[in-house]
Amino acid sequence: MIYQLSDNIISSLGFTSEENYAAVKEGVSGLKYYETAFDLPEGLMASCINDEALEDAFFSIKTKSKVLYTRFEKAAIVSAYRALEKTNINPAGDNVLFILSTTKGNVELLDRNKSKQYESERVYLWRSAQLISSFFGNPTEAVVVSNACISGAAAQITAMRLLKHSAYDFAVVIGADMLSKFVISGFQSFKSLSTEICKPFDKNRCGLNLGEAAATLIYGKSENENLIPEKSVMLLAGAIANDANHISGPSRTGAGLCIAIEKTIQHTNIQDIAFINAHGTATPYNDDMESMAITDTGLQALAVNSLKGFFGHTLGAAGVVETIISGKALSDNTILQCKGLEIQETVCPLNVLMKNESSNKTHFLKLLSGFGGCNAALLLRKK
Amino acid sequence: MDVTICSYCRLTNDKVVVNGMEIPIQKTEGPWLNDIYRSLKISYPKFFKMDNLSKAGFLASELLLKDEIIDKENPKKDISIVLMNRSASLDDDRMYQETIEDKNNYYPSPAVFVYTLPNIVNGEIAIRNKIMGETSFYISEAFSAEKIYNVAMDAFSDESISQVVCGWTDYELNKCDVLLLWIRKENQNGIPFNINNIYHLHI
Repeated sequence: MIYQLSDNIISSLGFTSEENYAAVKEGVSGLKYYETAFDLPEGLMASCINDEALEDAFFSIKTKSKVLYTRFEKAAIVSAYRALEKTNINPAGDNVLFILSTTKGNVELLDRNKSKQYESERVYLWRSAQLISSFFGNPTEAVVVSNACISGAAAQITAMRLLKHSAYDFAVVIGADMLSKFVISGFQSFKSLSTEICKPFDKNRCGLNLGEAAATLIYGKSENENLIPEKSVMLLAGAIANDANHISGPSRTGAGLCIAIEKTIQHTNIQDIAFINAHGTATPYNDDMESMAITDTGLQALAVNSLKGFFGHTLGAAGVVETIISGKALSDNTILQCKGLEIQETVCPLNVLMKNESSNKTHFLKLLSGFGGCNAALLLRKK
Repeated sequence: MDVTICSYCRLTNDKVVVNGMEIPIQKTEGPWLNDIYRSLKISYPKFFKMDNLSKAGFLASELLLKDEIIDKENPKKDISIVLMNRSASLDDDRMYQETIEDKNNYYPSPAVFVYTLPNIVNGEIAIRNKIMGETSFYISEAFSAEKIYNVAMDAFSDESISQVVCGWTDYELNKCDVLLLWIRKENQNGIPFNINNIYHLHI
């Protein structure tokens, strides 16, 4: 068990977790239609971080660093800085470990027109991680997790394991991914994007929206109890399991996700779970697969939501962003609505919420699935 | 906890070594990884759709698990696959970039895009062997026996896991650097799984 000590979200909905949570609670979506964007032939519904606001936020941090940072690195640095700022943790200490969760990092630098100012090593994920952790003077090599769309959950599971048996006291888990012609064109070629606001678990769902975010969760060991904030949420358990079915399509049975859920909730009373924050990408197959796994594990009566209608799918940041927002909701005794949903229909019926409800239950379950057949589940609890 | 290396495979640009024995490969003018595939006499047509990273990891896993996991059909919930490399999927990323760079020659391909994630190689090995434990991928600037040891041992923190396929799978700019290990807890027959042995098996 590890405790959340601080957090931050940088997204289209704001530059603090509190701003992001307030917007989501009000039902405000960060998704916007872009007629022309990223030099692409098709229009795009997406949630993008405001460039000017990011530049301002980055320049307001006083640093001696002379490095020219990329947009991806700036977003990650601003997010980690703002999360660290709320704590007394010295990020330069050797008891602090940085863990970076990302799928594509600086991939846009593969474009010859964008790479001129940067050294060729900048497309490597470990290089970005080095620059981010050394911005804070951290002496330890950062851990980089790149596990497709479950990266943000995988990074938290890594943090839990490392804090349990290593000398580190604190893990700064940063999940970040930016949009680029590379990523968007790929999803477009898959025909998996919707040009309208996505409709998770809806009868007429027709694809996902992409989003940008950088989010940070700082975890600490339970031994340092005096540092734990009043409204902290703790990570109790987490598991990853593979479908062994298809590299780009979800399992038709939800078998891998079932295993991940079963391992995660095995010591838990289901009655204590306030809600399931599903992956809910709004692709036909993903949402059906999740409905099967939730049903096969006996959780079909629980309230379910997806946050993709607010942030889009933020890829390597999704697991961190959605864990933070769901944790804020849990502490606020609230179960958030599933934005975008109009008429519910999945292979197995679920209790997906169309408006916010209140609940004083203590736990929530976070689900994620991704390319490569991977599935993850996390169980979190109020302090 | 005692963990043993049951088998290992080292795959580089000019050699395939399994448990210390070099495997003879019939070389042709064609790609080296395809030569290895043909020499192994396996029939798995999906191989030819894979990118180089997945091909290299897949071939090493076939050699590693050939004798022991004969059954490729039944689901195995007690095995995890934990891999690491330097270049993530950059080899395939660069190929995909070629398809979108020029506005007048724009042909993004889903078949290429799907391999632009490093953990797809875990997925390919999982599908082939019906492995349903954890699949994870980590990135490191350079090969590190210590890091491989740590993440593989951590996979056993899930108590239902008794075996892990772990190691280093890197393929970039025509350079293939793979060391795959099949490890098992509480098994006395084999080389002890420790940092020193991982380091020496990579040389």
